[in-house]
Amino acid sequence: MTEKTPTLDTASESKYRIIGKRVDRYDAADKVTGQAVYGADVHPSNLLYGKVLRSPHAHARILSIDTSAAEALEGVHAVITGADLPSVSDRIVDLGETATSLRYQSDNILAKDKALYFGHAIAAVSATQPYIAEEAVSLIKVEYEILPPVLDVRKAMRPDSTLLHDDIFTDELGQKSTQASNVASHIRHAQGDVEAGFRQADVIIEHEFETTMVHQGYIEPHNATAIYNPSGQITIWCSTQGSFGVRSQTSDVLDVPISSVHVIPTEIGGGFGGKNSIYLEPLAVLLSKKSNNRPVKLTMTRAESLAATGPTSGSYIRVKLGADANGHLTAAKLYLAYEAGAFPGSPVGSAAGSMISEYRISNVLIDGYDVVVNKPRTEAYRAPGTSNAVFAVETVVDELCEKLGMDPIAFRLLNAAKEGDRRPDGPTHPRIGFIETLQAAQSHDHYQTPLDGKYRGRGVACGYWGNWGGRSSVSASMNADGTISLITGSIDLSGTRTTTAMQLAETLGIDLEDIVPQVADTNSVSNTEGTYGSRTTFATGWAAHKLGCKLIDAVKERAALLWDIPVDTVDYEDGCIFSKANRLTFKDISKYLDETGGPLMVSATSFEGGHGPSATTHIVDVEVDPDTGKVDILRYTAIQDVGKAIHPDFVEGQIQGGVVQGIGWALNEGYFYNDEGQLLNANFLDYRMPTFLDVPMIEAVLVEVSNPRHPYGVRGVGEVPIVPPPAAVANAIHDAIGVRLTALPMSPARVLEAVWEQTPSAYLG
Amino acid sequence: MHSFTYVRPQSLEEASTFLSEHREQARILAGGTDLLVQIQSSSVTPDYIVDIKHIPELNVLSFDETGGLRIGAAVPCFKIWNHHEIAHLYPGLIDAVQLIGGTQIQGRATLGGNVANASPAADTIPSLIVHGAICDVIGRQGIRSIAVQDICIGPGQNALAPDEFLLRFQIKPPSIGFGAHYLRFIPRNEMDIAVASAGASLVLNPDDQTVQYARIAIGAVAPTPLLVIAAGESLIGQPLTNESIDRAARLAAQAAQPITDIRGTISQRKHLAAVLTRRALVKAQERALQSLKGASH
Ligand SMILES: Cc1cc2nc3c(=O)[nH]c(=O)nc-3n(C[C@H](O)[C@H](O)[C@H](O)COP(=O)(O)OP(=O)(O)OC[C@H]3O[C@@H](n4cnc5c(N)ncnc54)[C@H](O)[C@@H]3O)c2cc1C
Repeated sequence: MTEKTPTLDTASESKYRIIGKRVDRYDAADKVTGQAVYGADVHPSNLLYGKVLRSPHAHARILSIDTSAAEALEGVHAVITGADLPSVSDRIVDLGETATSLRYQSDNILAKDKALYFGHAIAAVSATQPYIAEEAVSLIKVEYEILPPVLDVRKAMRPDSTLLHDDIFTDELGQKSTQASNVASHIRHAQGDVEAGFRQADVIIEHEFETTMVHQGYIEPHNATAIYNPSGQITIWCSTQGSFGVRSQTSDVLDVPISSVHVIPTEIGGGFGGKNSIYLEPLAVLLSKKSNNRPVKLTMTRAESLAATGPTSGSYIRVKLGADANGHLTAAKLYLAYEAGAFPGSPVGSAAGSMISEYRISNVLIDGYDVVVNKPRTEAYRAPGTSNAVFAVETVVDELCEKLGMDPIAFRLLNAAKEGDRRPDGPTHPRIGFIETLQAAQSHDHYQTPLDGKYRGRGVACGYWGNWGGRSSVSASMNADGTISLITGSIDLSGTRTTTAMQLAETLGIDLEDIVPQVADTNSVSNTEGTYGSRTTFATGWAAHKLGCKLIDAVKERAALLWDIPVDTVDYEDGCIFSKANRLTFKDISKYLDETGGPLMVSATSFEGGHGPSATTHIVDVEVDPDTGKVDILRYTAIQDVGKAIHPDFVEGQIQGGVVQGIGWALNEGYFYNDEGQLLNANFLDYRMPTFLDVPMIEAVLVEVSNPRHPYGVRGVGEVPIVPPPAAVANAIHDAIGVRLTALPMSPARVLEAVWEQTPSAYLG
Repeated sequence: MHSFTYVRPQSLEEASTFLSEHREQARILAGGTDLLVQIQSSSVTPDYIVDIKHIPELNVLSFDETGGLRIGAAVPCFKIWNHHEIAHLYPGLIDAVQLIGGTQIQGRATLGGNVANASPAADTIPSLIVHGAICDVIGRQGIRSIAVQDICIGPGQNALAPDEFLLRFQIKPPSIGFGAHYLRFIPRNEMDIAVASAGASLVLNPDDQTVQYARIAIGAVAPTPLLVIAAGESLIGQPLTNESIDRAARLAAQAAQPITDIRGTISQRKHLAAVLTRRALVKAQERALQSLKGASH
């Protein structure tokens, strides 16, 4: 196999007509002018407004619910409680990037006998006005028996801990144990012999780490508007990453045929993994059913979104790494305990599969625990579970480099995995570009420029993420003017309408302006997985490429009929159909459709596998104020193997966005619970995401190591950029002031405490 | 959200009559940047909101050499920092006024609202205190004056009677050798609430630059913003040196009675009270020296 040398400058590549160009995105004008229709903009006539009653307790038995006063309030149409949801079986349902038992999914949507976290939905109402619904909710009387909350992952694992569920028996490496526990499962990946590996080591570093739950923080809160019509047909408008996921989950939870559920996705104001699972949809449907089939809209407040929709896990992590005097990693022993929230399903599995996979290590032992605690059920968040695990791993790697006196990039180059190496969790690496990102980092101006100044430091950290492929469907219809209406089932979070159309245009050799892409509802296109796992430009793009090939075949057939010649004498190139004697452009064929059989419509699906993992190297410079503990990010460079950047702007945007979220996770974001398990910072004032003033321009360097298993070399790009920032920032803080922080977020208070521990006289209080 | 009736008195008299009739059911609305948020979250549920922005006396903004500075309680922040003479004479006040929210918030937010809201973290209060600001309060009984440090009596609680409201703030003209500064610590660079804050003012002796007068106030480290008299007094008659500044800073930290909450810890806040006091004094000194320099020309 001849490998393409990675290029740093996509603009100079001329192999493609459209791919790699920074074209305007289709949705830009609608979004900047406010014309785009989001969930909150959906207003069917006769609309009612819903509101959810949420538990003020983290752990409580629900003894009784009295809804009579709420029902009696003028303007109220319906009140529902957990008793209104059908009882469902225990089978496993797919939530996109995570999976859960159907019963847990149902219990998360409305609590049955127990409230399991602060914000857990207890009941819901529909009313003619939002404020009436709000008042009605306050009239519902719930009698609770308050139980001790389980808030700490390590305490939750103790045999004597209070239990959230009496029916969770640890899945211990595949064997069900017999005693109920908060530990839902224990997974293990083992390779080689770690103890022997540590005996070969000249330097061994081990640390413990703790991290706090963080939220995706998308700007648009969850919403759903639903109509249950008298014949049992259900229509749902909502903001989701996957309309087909909403359809199947709603059908499962409500125990109705999947064909009765019609999901119309609106534009989406961010998801980052948090909009795969459903929360409000079944409530809106049931309320509509009980409200004489009037449509019902539910919209979360920011407080509800933070308290009751999936954040990602807080964790307790131990990392022990050994290296020999030459800098070769000899052994890795990793222990991960992840908070799943109230129901099993933390991303501990994906963390274990990605946290150290970019390194070649013969002896690895990874133990992972999925643990329920009285906090919201976790959901996917960009490279689920990996940033916090990599924070731990890359901090220890940094200390190994320090002890060995090795340059952090040289050390990583020595240990970098490449094609054919085995990952600790089993799979063998396909072609990956980790080494290329390290080389690009080494020669980058950022790394080459010395950092001067007191209290300033530089950190390096790397990351790996497997990405995903999955199912996608697209269709194309030729319009009377020869343009193509392109229908996709993929929700467009980040410009994928455009990148899908670009791949189709490239395949067809036509102008992008001649394609009009649209995200369709679940009745208008076939099954398409959600926009998650960095899959859409890869998989839906692949479907678009297949669609283009089929369209070429179709227009060749039409031309053969028109010219009355055998189809194998018709050729297609650069947007033209031709034979020895004839020639038509792709668009021209639209004039002859009726003569050649009528309307032209083609569809294609993809389910190929072959997704290419991403690897990345980040460099950050910080300045620490040792008097206040504040960390300022001075410069940030993220170098990523992006496969092929179909639209470089979008790829850079993904990298910059991921880095900013990672910086937030590093420095200030984190759930703050009191001892009773009440979330005290369910707002964007005290849940501190970075503002524009807190981050410099993030430089994204695109390294293109083509994915040989995709027609255009695409790899997923959206998730891996969030992986290294907490580690990179921690390493930079260490370089700046000589302290190692082992807990996230590295808030000013934590930095100060570390400074005081190092220099007690620095405390002035 | 609780429903309410909106009233807009045009005169002091109309406002105080209405307030004395409705007392606890009524809430004053100035810029609304605190009140509307509180109403929306149902943490306050007034039946009436009384918009005082249309009363002429509350919109006064003036300076003269004898009377000093007068700022009506309903004057929005942007008008204060946009007033060139005032901005030039009281940069230590502008420090605070320009910190509140962002441009949009400053278009509405008022000193009266910031002070009456009585947040321990309110940014203008320590600054007003170190400027020796006096507040005129009007009620059925007439007008009385209270020093700003006496207005807040607890988190969200002020010393006004139900029929009273803030009319205006008065600050003496700055003496020669006067300098002041206010700053806060927040984890991010904007859009945040002070974890701790400090204001300092000084008058330096034109002859030997020793301290003739000093005031230090700290915020977000006690149930109310605090005037730390001992910290200011420790500097009187002294030259400003690292040692004297440090001593004052540690006195400020000692006066702090912070709590641990979502925004900070006790030790972090005590420490910050000292760090910020030190920084406030250094900057106030710089401004005081500029004032001396200006006067000697
Ligand atoms: C996005 C945002 C950012 C903010 N940032 C900051 C910040 O950085 N620093 C900071 O300190 N604050 C901040 N605040 C809070 C708020 O803006 C300030 O406290 C502001 O000064 C309040 O003034 P107002 O005129 O809007 O008060 P209002 O909301 O109108 O009133 C506040 C309270 O004072 C009472 N009141 C108002 N005027 C009078 C009067 N004349 N007499 C008696 N009672 C009166 C009201 O009844 C109410 O209880 C922020 C608010 C928002 C929404």
